[in-house]
Amino acid sequence: MLEAITLAVIAASTPLLLAAAGELVVERSGVLNLGVEGMMIVGAACGFAAAYFTDSTLVGALAGVLAGALLALVFALLTLGLAVNQVATGLALTILGIGLSGLIGAGFVGTRITPAPQLAIPLLTGLPVIGRILFGQDAFVYASIALVAGIWRFLYRSRAGLVLRAIGDNPGSAHALGYPVLRVRSLAVLFGGACAGLAGAYMSLAYTPFFVPGMTAGRGWIALALVVFASWRPLRLVAGAYLFGAVSILQLHAQGLGLGIPSQVMTSLPYLATIVVLVLISRARGAAGSAAPASLGTAFVPDR
Amino acid sequence: MRKSLITFAVSALALAAAGSTAPAAEKLKIGFVYVGPVGDFGWSYQHDVARQALVKALGDRAETTYLENVNEGPDAERATEQLARAGNKLVFTTSFGFMDSTVKVAKKYPNVMFEHATGFKRAPNLSTYSGRFYEGRYIQGVIAARMSKKGVLGYIGSFPIPEVVSGINATMLGARSVNPDIKVKIIWVNTWFDPGKEADAAKALADQGADVLMQHTDSAAAMQIAAQRGIFAFGQDSDMIKFGPKAQLTAIVNNWAPYYEKRANEVLDGKWKSEDVWGGLKSEMVMMAPYTNMPDDVKALAQKTEGAIKDGSLHPFRCPIVDQDGKTVECKGSTHLDDGQILSMNFYVKGVDDKLPGK
Repeated sequence: MLEAITLAVIAASTPLLLAAAGELVVERSGVLNLGVEGMMIVGAACGFAAAYFTDSTLVGALAGVLAGALLALVFALLTLGLAVNQVATGLALTILGIGLSGLIGAGFVGTRITPAPQLAIPLLTGLPVIGRILFGQDAFVYASIALVAGIWRFLYRSRAGLVLRAIGDNPGSAHALGYPVLRVRSLAVLFGGACAGLAGAYMSLAYTPFFVPGMTAGRGWIALALVVFASWRPLRLVAGAYLFGAVSILQLHAQGLGLGIPSQVMTSLPYLATIVVLVLISRARGAAGSAAPASLGTAFVPDR
Repeated sequence: MRKSLITFAVSALALAAAGSTAPAAEKLKIGFVYVGPVGDFGWSYQHDVARQALVKALGDRAETTYLENVNEGPDAERATEQLARAGNKLVFTTSFGFMDSTVKVAKKYPNVMFEHATGFKRAPNLSTYSGRFYEGRYIQGVIAARMSKKGVLGYIGSFPIPEVVSGINATMLGARSVNPDIKVKIIWVNTWFDPGKEADAAKALADQGADVLMQHTDSAAAMQIAAQRGIFAFGQDSDMIKFGPKAQLTAIVNNWAPYYEKRANEVLDGKWKSEDVWGGLKSEMVMMAPYTNMPDDVKALAQKTEGAIKDGSLHPFRCPIVDQDGKTVECKGSTHLDDGQILSMNFYVKGVDDKLPGK
């Protein structure tokens, strides 16, 4: 049972982690892209379509990544190129994405693909309890963990990461020092779109291998909340995503066991946890506190 | 906000399309308002399947327009009124939440006939219609009890409203008629549509030992999980056999086509009258997908049960009905619960070992 629950938690957490990891980098560069849900669902539709024609999960995932990045490019052109309001553009991106995905996916509703294959190593995968958890996942799960590790290393152990964080905190100073603020931000936005697209592709290729309009069902918004929950720190993001996943799976199990706790209360638990964590973070100082980028959401127009 | 914008765009497009065709004489224009996308492969999809059948059946005597993704609320009223104004003489509004807006528009356009699905408010030019889905659930219960090796069924509920509760009860009554010791595990996901969550609920039920899954949510996710785990499941709204060729036992299929055709013909003949139609297996508004993946004796039993419900010799809610606390429920319809009791059902029958949320 423990194995089964853990497997379900990993599956439920992975799309949140993938999308939130990308958005974390975007926000650390000082840009707020609320279009995660839209980029995710377009990734789901394009990923499914590509996998349907090629019968390849890899091609599907790449198509999802590309689709998410393309939609993010629109966002980058508007908010970075023309300094349009980021909040409004992000919301519009979500609306656009949902409509676009319905259009792209219309012909694929009710069709089937081969689900993403899961790793199978002789002996290791067969180990009791931990075998399937550690060695029996699909590639998306391993990718999500590697992604966060990579982001952590990039942000805290590389010069480029330091530049990105500096731009997120004070684009004016970074610009004065000669750093290409808009180029770095554009790359961050594209990266965020690619991650959201990958998260969407995971939904339609591995989680529930089919496509229906609106299938991401608000996970993009949860990913946005997770970035705040994690106080913009990648390692906390893993904890947050898995906490969200765990609570959502455990409440289903609690209902099945007939524990008698109202399902509505259980459904609201992750959000209550978010509020509690936000209070704790706001009181904490230094390394434990929030790493919110100082210039988050404000446009930067270099004076020439 | 998001939905209203999309709706606006969709209605504008649809109306532009509807307005551009010159109205041919004698041609009956029929409008449809859907709450979801026609591609949901569930509720709205089945309504659109019926619309297409209607177009085929009536040929050039009728012309249809549909508006999809219409938000329940002010948008619904605007969409419905636009259809009426565009010259449609028969308008189907296909979600419970369209009730009040349909009533309002019907009042304004007394010469347009309206049909509202699953509602209860009527007018001289406004009919209501719905399906007796609980009849199909009873058959599913019978099949599930025979097919379950562990004696545990898994049920994914959307919201604890009477329609869903009566479905659970009908399932349980059917199942207990075969195996009085059968157990059902119920998980409420508090949504009609979230494939990921439906899949998670299906996994949880399977992990807890349920070996036949049933759902009152809209996607095929649970069917896929059943197929993956090598257990059985029932399709919902439409035939989902594609998603579980070895898992689907049968499905409740919403079959609106005969009704739509009949009503359109009545308008053409000038015989349309305001009615309340609650069709079941007999009138084929509710149909069962082919009985698959089961031994012949179970199939025969399912067919026998279906026949008995059709000819009226078996009512899923035949009295006496005992609730989960052991109290006998008042029997208002002589030999079975009456329609009012079924439509407002807010108790579990004996054998459901779960607490109804909010009770």
